[in-house]
Amino acid sequence: MVGLQFRQVYFSYLDGLVLHNIDLSIKAGEMVGLLGPNGSGKTTLLKLASGILKPAQGEIKLDGSSISQLSRKSIARNVAVVPQQFHMPFAFTTSEVVMLGRTPFLRALAEESEADRRVVNDALELVGIRELAQRRFDELSGGERQKVILAMALAQQPKLLLLDEPTVHLDIAHQMEILELVRGLNMGRGLTVIAAMHDLNLASLYFDRLILLKEGRVWADGTPTQVLTEARISEVFSASVRVEQHPLTGVPHIVVMPKGSAIKRQ
Amino acid sequence: MFIKLRRRKKLILVLSLLGVSLIASLFLASAFGAVSISLPDILRMALNKVAVFDFPSTWRAAEETIIFQIRLPRVIGGALVGMALATAGVLFQGLLRNPMADPYIIGTSAGAALGATIAMLLPINLAFLGFGLVPVAAFCGALATVFLVYNLARVGGKTPIISMLLAGVVVSSLMAAIMALLISISDRLQLNLHSVYSFLLGHISVTGWEQIAVITPLVIGGIIVARFFAFHLNALSLGEEGAAYLGVEVERDKILILALGSLLTAAAVSISGLVGFVGLVVPHAVRLSFGPDHRFLLPASALGGGAFVIIADLLARTIMAPIEIPVGIITAIIGAPFFLYLLRRTRKEYAF
Repeated sequence: MVGLQFRQVYFSYLDGLVLHNIDLSIKAGEMVGLLGPNGSGKTTLLKLASGILKPAQGEIKLDGSSISQLSRKSIARNVAVVPQQFHMPFAFTTSEVVMLGRTPFLRALAEESEADRRVVNDALELVGIRELAQRRFDELSGGERQKVILAMALAQQPKLLLLDEPTVHLDIAHQMEILELVRGLNMGRGLTVIAAMHDLNLASLYFDRLILLKEGRVWADGTPTQVLTEARISEVFSASVRVEQHPLTGVPHIVVMPKGSAIKRQ
Repeated sequence: MFIKLRRRKKLILVLSLLGVSLIASLFLASAFGAVSISLPDILRMALNKVAVFDFPSTWRAAEETIIFQIRLPRVIGGALVGMALATAGVLFQGLLRNPMADPYIIGTSAGAALGATIAMLLPINLAFLGFGLVPVAAFCGALATVFLVYNLARVGGKTPIISMLLAGVVVSSLMAAIMALLISISDRLQLNLHSVYSFLLGHISVTGWEQIAVITPLVIGGIIVARFFAFHLNALSLGEEGAAYLGVEVERDKILILALGSLLTAAAVSISGLVGFVGLVVPHAVRLSFGPDHRFLLPASALGGGAFVIIADLLARTIMAPIEIPVGIITAIIGAPFFLYLLRRTRKEYAF
């Protein structure tokens, strides 16, 4: 299990400051949702956590060692990333794509071993896409593809899983399926999960801890009940909402309040 | 089971068949030419040379000279050109994630052509390890151009693929313009227009074993090194970011793959000019028939590319003899319809 620390991290792209003094500590086995409006820095924070962006200032520690000191390979053996979308220009099959998850463990001229194949099979099984194994990845639907990419990430046997809006283009059934699966891995195997989420209600349902970002700063950090208050949501998202209780679980449930002109007359 | 053993066996069989057809086309192409020599005789000659055999000679001494001093170096040269270009094609297509990429895409061709043209312009006659000034200049021109393009596209420690493609297009156009300018103002080039033309269309110009001795280690070594990148090339099909998540040091791999592909291309260009279509069509054909896994794609394309250029060069020398057609015309005439056939026949078409 792998924990993650951000110590006074600043980051900027060429055109301006994106993250401001981020101080976070995520313990092994936590399931953390990142919330915030578009451009608030969620994706950037995930890219820093995976080491493909380097902070301008501050330090990020993965399991105690500074991530900038680690090779890509040793990061990839511990951290897997599910980005929003992948474009695949060649006709790989699903099982070949999932096998790509073994890349950090394979030696240049070696063949994949029986053990690698077992890991790939398990990942396909776990995500429930065994029947897609021989299908071409680029012919799958968006939801199926997202599952394949998740299976590929799981084939890395990560201790930390980073997801960037994993449910963004999916219908409600696929959204639930992916989140159930990730939650199950988090609870069953102690997988540490950090996911950027757009849907506040799903985030409230599936995550123990939510971190709300605004303009590159941590605006709130705590349980769904602590973070998802009416005042904060209207402040951060400039949307008027009412927070109720989920009928089954009791977690906050956000109801969007339309503005005057959009209210349908009865 | 996940990867069926049957499929693995099938791929090994295909590689063996490709290897056999490469060797078969070597012999076949040695047999034909201005003087026809029978295949059994060639086989016996070859066995006499390489092993403990001692067949009585049923051939004239001149025939042996033709085979060993003229034809075989040329045929092997053709094989090396095809192997190098097909491998470079796989490398560039994989790195750029663009099935339309070929070995010349980031300026190698324009650089080589400009180098060769300048060499033809100079009244210098110089030989270096069996190479004249033209092949050496073409080799250097190709590598220098890639180096220039790479550095032009480099911003803040990274070289985005798209900048590299754009820089490649611009630098290529500029070099083509300079070459055209040189041709139009130089009387010397006007007189040598045939040589310029034959360089641009591709023409295997191997005149002896010395050239083969220099090119072979470059090409064979390059192909072996390329195989080390197979897993990373597979990962790179997810894009630079996706590959980085899978543990690939993308910027380092990029420069190595680029250097390797350019070196292979430059080696081919130095003995053949610009033979088109091989680097595009051979990797495509293999990918469409057997899938995109680079572990198979690299060796299969190398073998297939070698056989393809040998046969194309055989046709170039013989179908209108004594006139020799530039081999690049043959590769295009065979390659284009074959490519279209593959595209239409197979269901494994590309998603753009």
